[in-house]
Amino acid sequence: MTATLPPTTGPQPGGTQPEAPLAAPRPALAHDWRRIARMGSIAAFGQVFIALSNMPVRLDERLIVKPVLSLGYLVLLILPFAAGYRQGHQIKREGVPTYAPGLNEVVGGLSCGALAGGGLSLLAVLLTHFDLREPLVNWSPILLDLLAFGNATWFAAVIWLVIGGGMGAAGGVLRLLGPRIRRAVVTMALAVAGAAVLESLVVDLAEGLGLETLTDRLYARRGGVNWSSALGLAVVSGLLAVVGRGRFRQARTRVTELEGAKRTQANVGLILLTAAVLIVLPLFAGKLTNELLANVGLFVLLALGLNVVVGLAGILDLGYVAFFAVGSYSAAVLTAATSPKIAPEMPWLAALIVVVIIAGLVGLFIGAPVIRMRGDYLAIVTLGFGEIIRLLFLSDWLSGWFGGSQGITNIPAAGIFGLTDVAGTDPRRVFYLVLAFCALAIYVSWRLEHSRLGRAWMAVREDETVAEAMGINTVNVKLLAFVVGAVLGSFSGAIFAAKVGSVFPTSFLILVSIVILVVVIFGGMGNIIGVIAGSAVLIGVLGGPKQPGLLVEFSEFKLLIYGALLIWMMLARPEGLIPSVRRTRELRQQEMAQDAWLRGEVDDDDGGNGPAGSPSAV
Amino acid sequence: MTDTQAAAAAVPGAVQPLLETRGLSVDFGGLHALDQLSFEVREGEIVSVIGPNGAGKTTLFNAITATVEVSDGDIVFEGQSLLGLDPNRVTSRGIARTFQNVRLFANMSVLENVMVSQHCRTKQHAFGALLYTRAFRREEAEIRQRAEEILRFFGTRLIGYRVDQPAFTLSYANRRRLEIARAMATQPKLILLDEPVAGMNPVESAELTGLIGRLRDEWGFAIAVIEHDMGVVREVSDRVVVLDHGVKIAEGDYADVANDPQVIEAYLGKGAGER
Ligand SMILES: Nc1ncnc2c1ncn2[C@@H]1O[C@H](COP(=O)(O)OP(=O)(O)OP(=O)(O)O)[C@@H](O)[C@H]1O
Ligand SMILES: [Mg+2]
Repeated sequence: MTATLPPTTGPQPGGTQPEAPLAAPRPALAHDWRRIARMGSIAAFGQVFIALSNMPVRLDERLIVKPVLSLGYLVLLILPFAAGYRQGHQIKREGVPTYAPGLNEVVGGLSCGALAGGGLSLLAVLLTHFDLREPLVNWSPILLDLLAFGNATWFAAVIWLVIGGGMGAAGGVLRLLGPRIRRAVVTMALAVAGAAVLESLVVDLAEGLGLETLTDRLYARRGGVNWSSALGLAVVSGLLAVVGRGRFRQARTRVTELEGAKRTQANVGLILLTAAVLIVLPLFAGKLTNELLANVGLFVLLALGLNVVVGLAGILDLGYVAFFAVGSYSAAVLTAATSPKIAPEMPWLAALIVVVIIAGLVGLFIGAPVIRMRGDYLAIVTLGFGEIIRLLFLSDWLSGWFGGSQGITNIPAAGIFGLTDVAGTDPRRVFYLVLAFCALAIYVSWRLEHSRLGRAWMAVREDETVAEAMGINTVNVKLLAFVVGAVLGSFSGAIFAAKVGSVFPTSFLILVSIVILVVVIFGGMGNIIGVIAGSAVLIGVLGGPKQPGLLVEFSEFKLLIYGALLIWMMLARPEGLIPSVRRTRELRQQEMAQDAWLRGEVDDDDGGNGPAGSPSAV
Repeated sequence: MTDTQAAAAAVPGAVQPLLETRGLSVDFGGLHALDQLSFEVREGEIVSVIGPNGAGKTTLFNAITATVEVSDGDIVFEGQSLLGLDPNRVTSRGIARTFQNVRLFANMSVLENVMVSQHCRTKQHAFGALLYTRAFRREEAEIRQRAEEILRFFGTRLIGYRVDQPAFTLSYANRRRLEIARAMATQPKLILLDEPVAGMNPVESAELTGLIGRLRDEWGFAIAVIEHDMGVVREVSDRVVVLDHGVKIAEGDYADVANDPQVIEAYLGKGAGER
């Protein structure tokens, strides 16, 4: 049901809102200035925060478009633009007219953006006239220089007002554009940004495929997209967006409207295609890219495991790293010759069977006390258990087993039926191994979701009391979710141990749990595709807790960005990037109920004339 | 247990009730929501439980389905005590219920609501699903079939495109129907209906009254129903039990109860505003 999300542009098929005609644009200066002041100051505060976090200086080294734009400046342009765009947003309310966008939006955006930029102007002035080094540890003359483009302070003060205003106005103008052009503009921006972000990946692949000439033209010698190629890229992608969009959508509806066997065929085809790409791609990629892919894969695997617990059964587990740790450590103990207490030196695959059993038992052991709790309490207790497991591995008490802070080193490569040895020295093999286990995890989640157990999980997520009254043993069912999650997490751990060749307690900080949770939420809880996309994008671009991503420069600010992203996600799109239909409903239910009530449609599905009555909405 | 069965068998001519509460008491702090209540439902019987607001009717159902704690007395179902069982065990023994304030799995589809309620009557576990065994597929098909059969019981109300709609899109009346469907799906011997026609218009209410009768006649369930609508009570009940302040104040067929002075007083007393 696409109708669950209010369409941003135009009525959708099966949509519920009969679009009211737009009222004439408001006059340019008719504003709620207090609202603009509020939004502008928030953005200004954000700008100052970003500047003082040292992000611009650090990221200035990374060029996006060769001489014109660096990542450092880019982070300073986003907020004024966003504020300017957001400012023109009209809340649709019954009985209140919706105005057509016009000059009003542009003026509003300009004011908002100028205010936001003004934050930086003020900062520049303050920094030159007062010595603020003491409280502001990240402040450096370089920042001032960067803000002033190498000129005097007054220049910085003026130019940021202008830049901010310009970006804000651009945000307002975006509202004026028709949906088609707006999409094209957004696609253009995304294409250029994407090309810049994916630079190392693209260069690496092009090298493998013998297409260096192409990337030489696209990218500058020392990084960044050449401005001429950026222009070309923008034009091409913009054109493609205008020409291709309708087609793309047609193709998609054609696939989604297929019935039964045909639909299955199409799905199988898509899966095979994806698998083929994922298998062939690494062959042409260099070591760095494969390393990245392997890291991303490990997190995808973890995210898929957590998704069973959080997404399907609705148990908010904040200590998921425990199972990753248990998988890693038990694989290490079982395979490494240097394991302190017992060293059975099992082959990796044989050890894996034991690892699974151990992880399952730990899942039961942690789960049993935890799942009797509900909601917030449960989350807090799982958080505690995650730490306890790490501290146990770190403790002197068990250091005879796990080596305490020394960890376990010299873990041998993972032998697969004597065919190959998978170790960190050859990330491509690691990636293939991870890929196989991801496929397994996907299969498991998919199968379970559509089984008696999966339905029971859903029921528990919806209303535990009622689920129990309907004959579901909620304790057992929740325990099973925990165990399945634990086993999937331990796979990732066992591969991690073989890949890195050593395990230390510091690899299993709470942070790992949080990052996995963020990627699951970001992608869309309860939706396998969403979870995969979320973790691939976030871990791939920003990097994992310790693993670098494509934007290596971000590593210092990774947590800040993860945090900001999580907050923004919860506020703006709690159902995630690619939501599970069901989760969307769950989260938006109240809103929709209100809308329905406003439209007078509640309790009227027997008449068959409400929107629910149209069979096309199924 | 066995001695209760023996006791029942010892009394000649006495039919053993399907469900029986003996001296059942439920306290909430100082409030006696149920006070030494003896209540029974026999096989194939429709019993109405009536009484003014706050009389303890819902509490009785909650006690039977183990959702509130019993402070004293015993609940015996088919000769065995239900005390100390978890709610899901009570359901698998054969007692299903609906809720006064409709509580569906709002985001699951209509069909899924009914499918998931067959949980305690089905067995396939994770491995069957993972290996996609023949037994798993057969059971899935059976679950689906039974769910569809149950939904067809409600005429055209819950079938067709509505099967795949999330439950929250249903109208109020349909939500109540789906609650009953869900209770049926647990394959109970006894169904407890908590105000099944509340909030329905007269036409819908008459239709549901008919359904309650058919639930017994065609499906063989024994039914206990809490109801405020006296028309419905007269229509469906074999026997009426009247509660007030947690105490049974009258019992018998509709005509007896309706003319009982104590009952009239209980209702009028409430009407006069003293509770
Ligand atoms: N969980 C609870 N905690 C405390 N008091 C409760 C609880 N549940 C019910 N009560 C109280 O017990 C009494 C009986 O409540 P009950 O819900 O059984 O009434 P009822 O007969 O179903 O009334 P109604 O016709 O309004 O549904 C009421 O006074 C109520 O306030
Ligand atoms: Mg009640």
